[in-house]
Amino acid sequence: MELFDLPLIWAFIIGFGIIMYVLMDGFDLGVGILFPFAPNEEARDVMMNSVAPVWDGNETWLVLGGAGLLAAFPLVYTIFLPALYIGVFLLLAGLIFRGVAFEFRFKARSSRYLWNWAFAGGSTIASFAQGAVVGAYIQGFETSNGVYVGGALDWLTPFSVLTGLGMLAGYALLGSTWLIMKTEGELQAWAYRLTLPLLTAVLVVFGVISIWTPFVDELVRDRWFANLSVIWILPVLTLLCAFQIYRSVRNRYEGMPFVATMGLFITTYLGLVVSRWPYVVPPDYTLWEAASAYQSQLFLLLGLLFVIPIVLVYTAWTYWVFRGKVRAGEGYH
Amino acid sequence: MELDPLLLSRIQFAFVVSFHAIFPVFTIGLASFIAVLEGLAFKTGDGVWVKLSAFWTTVFAVVFGMGVVSGIVMSFQFGTNWSNFAQASANFLGPVLSYEVITAFFLEAAFLGVLLFGRDKVPAGVHLMAAIMVATGTFISSFWILSANSWMHTPAGYELREGVFHVTSWSEAIFNPSFPYRFLHMALASFLTGGFVVAGVSAWYLLRGREIEANRKALSMCLWLLLFIAPAQAVVGDYHGLNTLEHQPTKVAAMEGNWETSKNVPLLLFAIPDQDNQSNLYEIGVPGLASLILTHEWDGEVPGLNEAPIAEQPPVAIVFWAFRVMVGLGLLMILFAVTGLILRAGGRYWRSTWFLHGLRFMSFTPFLAVLAGWIVTETGRAPWLVYGVMTHAESLTPSLTGGMALFTLLGYMIVYALVFSAGLYYLLRVLYVGMEDSHDGDKYEAERPSRPFSAAHVSFEIDQNGHTGNPASQEGH
Ligand code: HDD
Ligand code: HEM
Ligand code: HEM
Repeated sequence: MELFDLPLIWAFIIGFGIIMYVLMDGFDLGVGILFPFAPNEEARDVMMNSVAPVWDGNETWLVLGGAGLLAAFPLVYTIFLPALYIGVFLLLAGLIFRGVAFEFRFKARSSRYLWNWAFAGGSTIASFAQGAVVGAYIQGFETSNGVYVGGALDWLTPFSVLTGLGMLAGYALLGSTWLIMKTEGELQAWAYRLTLPLLTAVLVVFGVISIWTPFVDELVRDRWFANLSVIWILPVLTLLCAFQIYRSVRNRYEGMPFVATMGLFITTYLGLVVSRWPYVVPPDYTLWEAASAYQSQLFLLLGLLFVIPIVLVYTAWTYWVFRGKVRAGEGYH
Repeated sequence: MELDPLLLSRIQFAFVVSFHAIFPVFTIGLASFIAVLEGLAFKTGDGVWVKLSAFWTTVFAVVFGMGVVSGIVMSFQFGTNWSNFAQASANFLGPVLSYEVITAFFLEAAFLGVLLFGRDKVPAGVHLMAAIMVATGTFISSFWILSANSWMHTPAGYELREGVFHVTSWSEAIFNPSFPYRFLHMALASFLTGGFVVAGVSAWYLLRGREIEANRKALSMCLWLLLFIAPAQAVVGDYHGLNTLEHQPTKVAAMEGNWETSKNVPLLLFAIPDQDNQSNLYEIGVPGLASLILTHEWDGEVPGLNEAPIAEQPPVAIVFWAFRVMVGLGLLMILFAVTGLILRAGGRYWRSTWFLHGLRFMSFTPFLAVLAGWIVTETGRAPWLVYGVMTHAESLTPSLTGGMALFTLLGYMIVYALVFSAGLYYLLRVLYVGMEDSHDGDKYEAERPSRPFSAAHVSFEIDQNGHTGNPASQEGH
């Protein structure tokens, strides 16, 4: 036996990477989802400016997620991507349009509306595709001998459409609470008004998903209702976070709604993880079966331990540099 | 007709990777050029260097941005279309690609912001360091990706167990036999690309009498650089070819259009390879020269395509002609670099109209040479994906149908056509507006200059009176 349970360590690392990605790219995708509904063009400038300095770094976590999965859990990479083939294409197309919209919108005059749509449309498609991936993961994949054998659109079911919509609502909520924190005046008031309806939408969709999931999957049913009742603490925490969002919006707090929304995402995410643990390719493969060779996991881990702390320092520093409110017509901080 | 997922996937991979490749080769070269300009500005305090650096940084930002979006697509290709290959090679490719992300991409992302927008916000020394870091990042990135690619050509340091590659020696796998040649050849190709584009654009400005002083300096720098690296590329290319002869003789045979193993093989200048009859039509060649180049003896024996079963031969005509395009352009580059030296003696290099027009044209050639080079390399290894071990057909995603592959192929074509024609259009605008205006960022306050493209303060459309770009700049016209 090897010295350490590397797959377990890697599961934590990848798990951390995923939630980092979801929280960080989530709010800037959310800003994109809300974009068409903004009160006016000036508000759109501010919205875009509020995420412009950081969104690129946020997306690099997605690239790391892809490469990291290939390195640590190749089976996940080589089953998810073929199974989600069409969805992955939509995700990438969405990200491309959104990425260039950042660049072109400010240079455009008469064609500006096109880039507005590219930004909003790209963000919406990418968010929906990510939510659908979660749904597809809960449903499980049809495999044989470690190879995906299902069809091109198996992932697209009423259930995954619902999780896609849930992700849209969730990211929009992250976006609106981010705007509460980063903006002021009319735009902030608009974001405050949006937050509670979005919260309601999120809770409704999450509620339906929670009730539906045990029917989709037996493992989840056992886990929640038979052998592991301590995990009921997670939905309780989720509801507490939701209440905290409600309260802080009523009291016009500025930072708390965003923090509480992140809390809501983290507890929901943990709920999903414990329901499925240790299956990474449901229903057949556990994380140990999906792992790459010990040597390979070790080789990358050594480098990661040195580099990732530095990366986190960069990231924190960037957010520090761009702290504070974003104002209309205001230059770079 | 049945749609073939294998063929469609190959076309798709070739399409997206070729698209991606043209941006990095330019940014790698340009990043180093900018670092040098920043260094000169720091040392001499001369405003001309600052101006040049600011302008080329603007161009860099646009190209880099397009490199990033197209690169994100690349990192998912292995899983979507080549999942059997990804599964088999994950133990090596996974860590290598991950190292690229954590050592290069994050480094580039972090320092790019400071390079693009930090000139007035951080001390000059820190700004210079940012430029050096970005340039370093691009090299680290090409180090890893070329190691991955070279390993597929000359796999080493591995052991196959149950159809899966297991790494037995990381140093042998990373520094596999073709890697040093490929890395050097690619690094020089990047410098050639940066050099010829900057030279070509400077020449165009000189022809129009714009910013003579700065553009003359830039042109002069490029010509010195090209004088050394254009011939160096031919030498490295020769060694690269010898290495290929050792490891992939069939590919070299295809490059030479040599069907039978024989001595005294001519270097073909023209031929139409005919794969069905395993021979060439209309050969024109220099007797014995191929033997001389490949074995360094006039009557050396050169392996032919007949050494490989017909089913394992690459498409010879493509490899043969792509090779000639690359080498031909390489020779043309040497010619221009030497001409530059001759004209310099009379101080005419920046006033000779025909030379400047020639340089304008030459700014496209490195991109063509790079694509031709990759086509030689990649098509020449067919049918192998991991040379001698795993074929294209074995690597394909089993669940992939022709319809799915066609859908995404068309999808990528449409998306890229839309997005990149807009990008190219915008890039040309930046060049058109030129460095006269690159320093009035404060007039564009609403434009948070926080993302690559936003560093370029040029508006997207041509306005009514035909002027482009920055309205502020037009007041001065
Ligand atoms: C010789 C150099 C070279 C080659 C052959 C490739 N790349 Fe590349 N790539 C770069 C050099 C580069 C770069 C210079 O480092 C880029 C250009 C713009 C950038 O951000 O970094 C980049 C960007 C880039 C990105 C975006 C990084 C980000 O988010 O910042 C990804 C995911 C990839 N590449 C992945 C690939 C893959 C999977 C390739 C092969 C199949 C590939 N690249 C070939
Ligand atoms: C960046 C410059 C590159 C260019 C322009 C390029 C070009 C090409 C082309 C034209 C093909 C098609 C050959 C054929 O099917 O006959 C191909 C195949 C392939 N290349 Fe490269 N390549 C590049 C770099 C890489 C790198 C860095 C990797 C891996 C790390 C890679 C992996 C592959 C794979 C997996 C295939 C097989 C798929 C196919 O046949 O289309 N390539 N490449
Ligand atoms: C002038 C003489 C040149 C010679 C003799 C030469 C030789 C070669 C050879 C033999 C290969 C194939 C190696 C293999 O597949 O294993 C190659 C590939 C390549 N060449 Fe060249 N080359 C020359 C010029 C150039 C120039 C001017 C450029 C671009 C500016 C260039 C860019 C490339 C690229 C991008 C590849 C594919 C990547 C690689 O395998 O390194 N070459 N070259």
